[in-house]
Amino acid sequence: MAECENDSDVESRISYRDYVVLKRGDVFKSVQVENKKKVVFEKQWFFLDNAVGQLFGTRFEIEAGGSLKLKAAKHSGDSLDSKEAGQDNRHIVDDGSSQKLTRDDIETLKEQGLKGQEIVQQLIDNSTTFKGKTEFAQEKYIKKKKKKYESDISILKPSTRLLAMMYHGREPGKICHLRYDTLAQILTLGNIHAGSKILVFETCAGLVLGSVMERMGGFGSVIQMYPGGGPTRAGMESFGFPSHFHETLHEFPLCKVNALLAGTLDLSEKDADSEVSGSGNGQSESTQETSAVSEKNSEPQSMEVSIDPQEEMRRVERERLREKKAQEKKVKMEEKRKKLASAAALLEGRNADGLVIASRFHPCPVLMCLLKFIAPSRPFVVYCQYREPLIECYTKLREQGGAISLRLTDSWLRHYQVLPNRTHPVLLMSGGGGYLLSGTTVAADAAKARNQHKSEEPVAKRLKLDEISSA
Amino acid sequence: MSFVEYSEIIQEGDVVIIFLGHESMMPIKVQSGAQTQTRYGVIRHSSDLIGQRFGSKVTCSKGGWVYVLHPTPELWTVNLPHRTQILYTTDIANITLMLELKPGSVVCESGTGSGSLSHSILRTIAPTGHLHTVEFHAQRAEKAMQEFKEHKVSHLVTVRNQDVCKDGFGITGIADAVFLDIPSPWEAITHAKSAMKRKGGRLCSFSPCIEQVQRTCEALLDHGFEEICTLEVLLRVHDVRAVNLPLPDFGPEEGSDDRQAEVPNTGNTSVICRTAIPPREMAGHTGYLTFATKPRD
Repeated sequence: MAECENDSDVESRISYRDYVVLKRGDVFKSVQVENKKKVVFEKQWFFLDNAVGQLFGTRFEIEAGGSLKLKAAKHSGDSLDSKEAGQDNRHIVDDGSSQKLTRDDIETLKEQGLKGQEIVQQLIDNSTTFKGKTEFAQEKYIKKKKKKYESDISILKPSTRLLAMMYHGREPGKICHLRYDTLAQILTLGNIHAGSKILVFETCAGLVLGSVMERMGGFGSVIQMYPGGGPTRAGMESFGFPSHFHETLHEFPLCKVNALLAGTLDLSEKDADSEVSGSGNGQSESTQETSAVSEKNSEPQSMEVSIDPQEEMRRVERERLREKKAQEKKVKMEEKRKKLASAAALLEGRNADGLVIASRFHPCPVLMCLLKFIAPSRPFVVYCQYREPLIECYTKLREQGGAISLRLTDSWLRHYQVLPNRTHPVLLMSGGGGYLLSGTTVAADAAKARNQHKSEEPVAKRLKLDEISSA
Repeated sequence: MSFVEYSEIIQEGDVVIIFLGHESMMPIKVQSGAQTQTRYGVIRHSSDLIGQRFGSKVTCSKGGWVYVLHPTPELWTVNLPHRTQILYTTDIANITLMLELKPGSVVCESGTGSGSLSHSILRTIAPTGHLHTVEFHAQRAEKAMQEFKEHKVSHLVTVRNQDVCKDGFGITGIADAVFLDIPSPWEAITHAKSAMKRKGGRLCSFSPCIEQVQRTCEALLDHGFEEICTLEVLLRVHDVRAVNLPLPDFGPEEGSDDRQAEVPNTGNTSVICRTAIPPREMAGHTGYLTFATKPRD
């Protein structure tokens, strides 16, 4: 069959160094595919080497020894026969003795190499109450046992959807308890799209940053504002973006924002020095080396003999290394300075197209400060785990002006189980997913006086003549 | 101006959103020489709009003022002329995330309806993606085509006037995602599947009634879809208010000196509380969203 996606097939295959998402049922984990590296996921350990070269989305079984094996044929969901069934549970007594297989028996079966499906069949055969259960109860029982004993995992390509669900399920604290539907609102309300210039301030492990970048598709630019020493990007790396995406990503330290706003930001080499935390170490390193060299130098002097040729060689070598290190440091600092300058250049115009804030910091000062960099008629979205700080932001914005359509919202999410005659909302529900304050910037200044005068004069006459109102 | 790209200055032919006040906006098409009536007076396009910056304040003839905003799919959703019941931003946001839409995605949609979701999809998949949208109502299909042209996005979309349940989307094997908002989505699953890429894709079906959801889930299962998941999402708005809570008087405290008891402390008769309250009524239901993954063929 002629396929117009032959080139995309290369992208579709798992390679070393790829970031992937492991999936088992509703549980996800993000890992990087590395040579012979042990991966632990859902109480199992295995190696991903056999997955390399396979297509994303493939299902694997975990064999004894930790190697992955392609899941053979596509199994139909309900291949386990259950001909006999009861009508209701009036005679079923739950005394814990209905399953005849013990834990040890099951372990033995596992050791014998029985597949998950076979173990489930064994459990059914050895259950005294199975035949008495209703069909629904039988299905539920089978589903539950399958979930426990069938250890298939899928290897998927990362996406915002998978990573957002993963973080929310596994480590919500890392992402300020941002639920995935709230993240969905952020991305849409913020009108995040290709070609725009977006400011992001987040402490959500880089998940929010990554999701913004995914929606930008490598077009436009993203400037990540960061609070402390350096920007957190771990979550963003998990998206596995192609390298050209990284060229659209800039960073700028919050501690230099005031200087930038005042126009006093010093982008000369001196400033880059103080910003680099490693500079102090570098200096002490070189002084250490110098002292070591001078120590060594003092030795032959104390011997009061002409310089030993081998010693001379070593000295020259040390000298060369020291110079090389100093050169490397210089290059690094220059790079850092350049990055700072390019980020500053993007910010200076104060014409960014959007602002996204999602952090554990109090949102009010961050918002009031960063709004200064946003052009008029552009959306901004602030996420906070709690409501009160956003109420403060709302109040401050009302007082100050410059923003309209302010809305404080949160999102209510409910999952459903949909089965014939068994459709109902799922029993457990998420209690909350955080709050959002969204709005649109407008020009802070008053209307142009020029226009006011112009519209006063001819208005009366023209109203009668031509009243073309367009919709 | 375009719905998929920002610009700074208003030009002739642009569609702009006039913001009149809280929850009051209207879209207008900018034309040289034209005028628009508002409750604050007249806006003269040539002097007040063309050449002005988006986000500016515009003073109208009666002295009141409005803001002129750059259009976005979100603003369009709350301002567009309804030809059908539409999808609102809350659902649209979740659909976009769960369908994994991004620049370059190829998406199939039916029915086009009033184009609310369509505009949002176009914004997300631009500049390299494409939307194939199917609408069985001839006039609605025509109107949609017109609007896409006016909004400078027609290069990203193909509108087809046909019945998706009978004739499918008009393309096969190229979609990353399919969206269905039709009365009988289970009848379109086969076509949805064939429209999607061989390597797989995501599907979403929006239905107001649970019976529709049940039939759709059954069809999805029969066709080999995986990760079938149904959810609903609602937006709760919090109205920020400063409320005045009066403090009650319990009479003079026992054992306190007379001086304190006599002087009424006017400063403490009420407290201002900054809070947010829910509105009297809220949207309780829009529809159920069912998502699924088509695995590799």
